[in-house]
Amino acid sequence: MSNRTINLLVPVVSVILGLIVGAIIMLISGFDPIAGYMALWSGIFGDLYTMGETIRQITPYILAGLAVAFAFRSGLFNIGVEGQLIVGWFAAAYVGIAVELPKVIHLPLAILAAAVAGGLWGFVPGLLKAKFHVHEVIVTIMMNYIALHTTNALIKTVSGGGDRTEQIFASASLRSEFFANLTDFSRLHYGILVAVVMVAIMWFVLDKTTLGFELKAVGFNHNASQYAGMNVNKNIILAMVISGAFAGLGGAMEALGTFQYVSAKGGFTGIGFDGIAVALLGMNTPLGVVFGAVLFGSLKYGALNMPNAAGIPIEIVEIVIAVIIFFVASGYVIRLLLQRAAIKKEAK
Amino acid sequence: MSFLEVLYFIVPSAIFYAAPLIIVAIGGVFSERSGVVNIGLEGLMVIGAFIGILFNLFFADTFGNATPWLALVAAMAAALLLSLLHAVASISFRADQVVSGVAINLLAIALALYLVKKIFGKGQTDFITERFGRYNVPFLQDIPVIGPMFFKSIYNTSILAIGIAILAWFVIYKTPFGLRLRSVGEHPMAADTMGINVSKMRYIAVMISGALAGVGGAIYAQTISGDFGHATINGQGFMALAAMIFGKWHPLGAMGAAIFFGFAQSLSIAGPSIPYIQEIPSVFLLILPYVLTILALAGFIGRANAPKASGKPYIKGNR
Repeated sequence: MSNRTINLLVPVVSVILGLIVGAIIMLISGFDPIAGYMALWSGIFGDLYTMGETIRQITPYILAGLAVAFAFRSGLFNIGVEGQLIVGWFAAAYVGIAVELPKVIHLPLAILAAAVAGGLWGFVPGLLKAKFHVHEVIVTIMMNYIALHTTNALIKTVSGGGDRTEQIFASASLRSEFFANLTDFSRLHYGILVAVVMVAIMWFVLDKTTLGFELKAVGFNHNASQYAGMNVNKNIILAMVISGAFAGLGGAMEALGTFQYVSAKGGFTGIGFDGIAVALLGMNTPLGVVFGAVLFGSLKYGALNMPNAAGIPIEIVEIVIAVIIFFVASGYVIRLLLQRAAIKKEAK
Repeated sequence: MSFLEVLYFIVPSAIFYAAPLIIVAIGGVFSERSGVVNIGLEGLMVIGAFIGILFNLFFADTFGNATPWLALVAAMAAALLLSLLHAVASISFRADQVVSGVAINLLAIALALYLVKKIFGKGQTDFITERFGRYNVPFLQDIPVIGPMFFKSIYNTSILAIGIAILAWFVIYKTPFGLRLRSVGEHPMAADTMGINVSKMRYIAVMISGALAGVGGAIYAQTISGDFGHATINGQGFMALAAMIFGKWHPLGAMGAAIFFGFAQSLSIAGPSIPYIQEIPSVFLLILPYVLTILALAGFIGRANAPKASGKPYIKGNR
């Protein structure tokens, strides 16, 4: 087996193992795994409405996955996607409420605000990493909590003491009558197009521009990039800002597409953390992220059908996702086993 | 309220909130000192809290007053088992330690909620009946000023936490085991050359961190929340991680930082009834621990250096 096949097989094997572990847990706790997975399936593909909602769920997952993957390619681990997404959500909703403008200006402005807010939230850990060599993982975790509490306080101020803001103006909305009619009035919105464009942009930046080359070089080896005359610090900061901007856009999808408002949160949305899973499964490539987002977004949305149809708590899917990450992270062992299996086959 | 009354109120409450943070942060110190980053502290705390509450609910009739303490033991065992998963992934399978920690966090909260729904048929458990008691320290409570502040009606979990911190300091800095632990985290190859079993030391350290995180989670659930639901732990594990860094990877430093964070937490809850403090918007108190941690890391509050080999899997024969 070539290295390439093995690299592709690791995520596939991980997903299969994750689903098997999920089935075993359902069996042990007295549920029927086949009924469970059937309910999951129909929760994803059941009818036009669920399919529309599944695609809607996939949209922010693509952007969160891109954010994590982009930072990863530059050698940075952005756990702060969650926080960047939250500030992006707030910024987009705020612009959507604060002013009323023609749609051609308002919508792009609201989307841009989200990207800028997310980018700023990524700028802080990037700057600290570049200037003070502070590990970005801890800073981004802390930034998540700062984002959560700060936006909650801001929402309270903006809404005059309430828990959620008003609806955004229609001129800032991503809602799509066309998609809604197509999918039996699901909340599917134009955001999916934004996400697909971003996938293309990430591919283009990483693979076709000098900037992308430098970012990847810094990711592989700081010192070598420095000797080659690249500005390592600038690239680190830039990578975090772009990554944060992707995450902020993910928040804009929720603000302008799905919910049309922003509400105070008791805890995290979880989209940012699942973005880590999406990026890992997609091996940090733009196309891989799409596959990862489709898988995890579908699982996440389909799971909502499991309590009704099969009486199984939705958390089973979270367990499956966690196990998949665990196996992808332990890819070294899977790789070893696959290689051994291949050698044995050749010996025969 | 007079200034002294405010202190009498806020100091015990700070220590009360700090107790679980101290214990979990000490767990983090053990793990990171051996060179294994443990982002999974949050998840380990979740499992500790869940098992602690579960044990308390099921066995309160059998064990009576001793239930919370026995629940701690059960929680410790459960979190230790879960931490083994992190150990296997990050030490033997050479996984990225941060990724494996993230997986532990996701797995723990999902598994706990899954079981809660399976057992109780709803999103959170019932409230426990047996809680940790309060306790007056004889003689010391009569000292003026300090007595009411530190020794009157304090939770015995606070005493346990401070005891664990001092014990951890002794183990890490005054015993051969501690020296080996630190050497494995600073320069595993040198340690290996000197005949120290790097993998074994790291396994032990991660298991200690798991056990302590479980205890911390169970204490949090049985003193502060009283039940278990999706928002019970909500970031306490990350706060402990922050305390560990703010305390510069030193057990007593971590304890100090945890008490300070406990102070900030109790201020953000009790603040509205205290003069002067009530004028500060509570959001500033809420984000204070996180901002301070970032400042500490950036070197604004003295240099904080992580153990050198922290986060890197040790592969024999690699330079």
